[in-house]
Amino acid sequence: MANRKLGDARKGDALLVPIVAVLLGFVVGSVVVMITGKSPLVMFNAMLQGLTGLNVARGSFNPRYIGELVIQAMPIILTALCFGFAARTGLFNIGAEGQLMIGSLAATTVALLVKAPAFIHIPLVLVAGMAAGALWGAIPGYLKARFNVHEVVVTIMLNYVALHMNNLLILNVFGSFDKVKTAPFPQSALLKDPWLESITNGSRLNWGFIPVLIAIVVYWFVIEKTTFGYGLRAVGYNKDAAKYAGMKVNRNIVLSMMIAGAFAGLAGAVITTGTFNFGRALSAAEGYGFDGMAVALVGSNQALGILLAGLLFGMLKAAGPLMQSNGIPKEIGGIIQASIVLFVAMKYGLERLIAMLRLRRDKASSLPVTGEEAGV
Amino acid sequence: MNLGMILEMFPIALMFGAPIVMAALGGLFSERSGVTNIALEGIMMVGAFAGASVTVVLEPVTAMAPWLGLLTGIAAGMLFSLLHAFTSIHLKADQIISGTALNILASGLTIYLCQILFNQQRTRAFSYGLRKVTVPILSKIPIIGPMLFYEMYPTFYLAITLVVVTWFVVFKTPFGLRLRSCGEHPQAAASMGINVYAMRYAGVIASGAFAGLAGATMVLTQDIQYTVTSIHGTGFIALASLVFGKWNPWGVLGAGMFFGFSQTLSYYAKDIKILASLPLEVFYALPYVLTIVALVVFAGKSVGPKAAGEIYDQGKR
Repeated sequence: MANRKLGDARKGDALLVPIVAVLLGFVVGSVVVMITGKSPLVMFNAMLQGLTGLNVARGSFNPRYIGELVIQAMPIILTALCFGFAARTGLFNIGAEGQLMIGSLAATTVALLVKAPAFIHIPLVLVAGMAAGALWGAIPGYLKARFNVHEVVVTIMLNYVALHMNNLLILNVFGSFDKVKTAPFPQSALLKDPWLESITNGSRLNWGFIPVLIAIVVYWFVIEKTTFGYGLRAVGYNKDAAKYAGMKVNRNIVLSMMIAGAFAGLAGAVITTGTFNFGRALSAAEGYGFDGMAVALVGSNQALGILLAGLLFGMLKAAGPLMQSNGIPKEIGGIIQASIVLFVAMKYGLERLIAMLRLRRDKASSLPVTGEEAGV
Repeated sequence: MNLGMILEMFPIALMFGAPIVMAALGGLFSERSGVTNIALEGIMMVGAFAGASVTVVLEPVTAMAPWLGLLTGIAAGMLFSLLHAFTSIHLKADQIISGTALNILASGLTIYLCQILFNQQRTRAFSYGLRKVTVPILSKIPIIGPMLFYEMYPTFYLAITLVVVTWFVVFKTPFGLRLRSCGEHPQAAASMGINVYAMRYAGVIASGAFAGLAGATMVLTQDIQYTVTSIHGTGFIALASLVFGKWNPWGVLGAGMFFGFSQTLSYYAKDIKILASLPLEVFYALPYVLTIVALVVFAGKSVGPKAAGEIYDQGKR
């Protein structure tokens, strides 16, 4: 104990930083709410209701909120898997949003043009979304591998290209009655199910959660348990060493971006055929990409972490309308989310803070202190 | 397409180009000091929100409201960029993650404040933004006059001035030399007694001022109010202009104006015979596609500051 220096990490610290970051994020949110003259208690009450369906103030329970929480969490968990997978290979993929839109576009195409029974049609829709997302992800991967163009700017640009391409095709090819959406999909393509909606008191809950859970397991398995995943992580840790060890770095970069894109494409398919039943023209990006990034960062790019962080941020989104109806602008969710990401980014500072607090406690409990430590 | 149309396109292209150039110059200061700043977009949003709010509120009181709006935009941008400076310089955060957090924060914070101040998802609409000016005498020059001096937003001249100022400060003053040395090899700079932390703070805060100004300019020349889509990726285009312009103010000016023109095309496409049959979405997507093409073409050749994006570690050799 006496030889420990300031900033030494301990086992469990990896978990401690995200937890502290989340708590501090809520503190910032509460302060913002208070400064603007509202009550943080109202905010927390809405969040509790969003998480459990319980309204403490009124003592009522409504399962619809749980359904909405799952609906909100599904796409951002998938975009988090997208960001996380690329991140484990050392790539910064901000393109989940665009990959999601292209996946959604492909899902729309298959849903409208293919006629098949549900047990073929639904998997076909999902696979189309994944394939299209993978192709869209391959572009920045290839440009990075071949021309060494930084993936951050390329993926951001591709998000805008995807947005306009989506609108181009939805409005001009599939036709739209109201300049917003396509004709409704046939029943066989939908993940929607009236039974799921009825048990959650009319929420938009659908079967999309099953592909999401499968995706989480696949993510964990590929990254942690396969040689291929090991190769990807090796590229992420040290590109040059991986190359020296005989790994095909460029191929791994492209493949990693494709798999990442497939996760986002799946999110697009799930939203389009689960939450909605028509293809949509969009006026602007919907923020799934950045939400997913926040989820992945808080979840430390680990499968389980992403699941938990996804549910947390899903709750923030689901609680939005509840807060809005109580006079607190729902954007507070975005503020809390951004603060959490900022605190996760301040990892080094938080670790110092934790170490300092620990040192003080240790000093109090185990005197005498060595001179070196006292001088710190 | 005839000469008249090209003359007509010019002021609009320069209106689109001015904020891109301003924000990219901000990025130049930050990256030259060694801090990658992908938060330009978020800082522009904050600047635009502040500028639009002040303009709306002061409009009935004074005719100077839009100019005060620009100043507030600068101040708000500097304040907001301090967050990025503090986390990435003092707390050694990953600069891309910190920048991304700022981008998310900006969209949440500005709309939250709109709801508190104006009870809606956007600021109230102002009746006039910045007013166009016509330069006497110069506007009478044939061809160049109507292109550059007739009915122009003054912010265009401001952007040109800032290019010259940036060039002078970064390349002709001791401060600029120190700033650039921190972006190339901070440890070597520190060994010469340069305070790397201070230089990097200066770089990031300067980028906040420029991007804040850019955001306010954008909303006061191209919009009637601030909404969450007012900036729609211009900060990222500015970032691309910086790469495209090879981290040099004159290059940035050229790249920014290039993107300004590509945005203008969508307005004039219907009047140009070969382009009229294409759907508008093609032109909306064009600037972004061109950015990627530009990055690929210039990727190998353009070399940015060596230490940009790297966490400053005093112990490193």
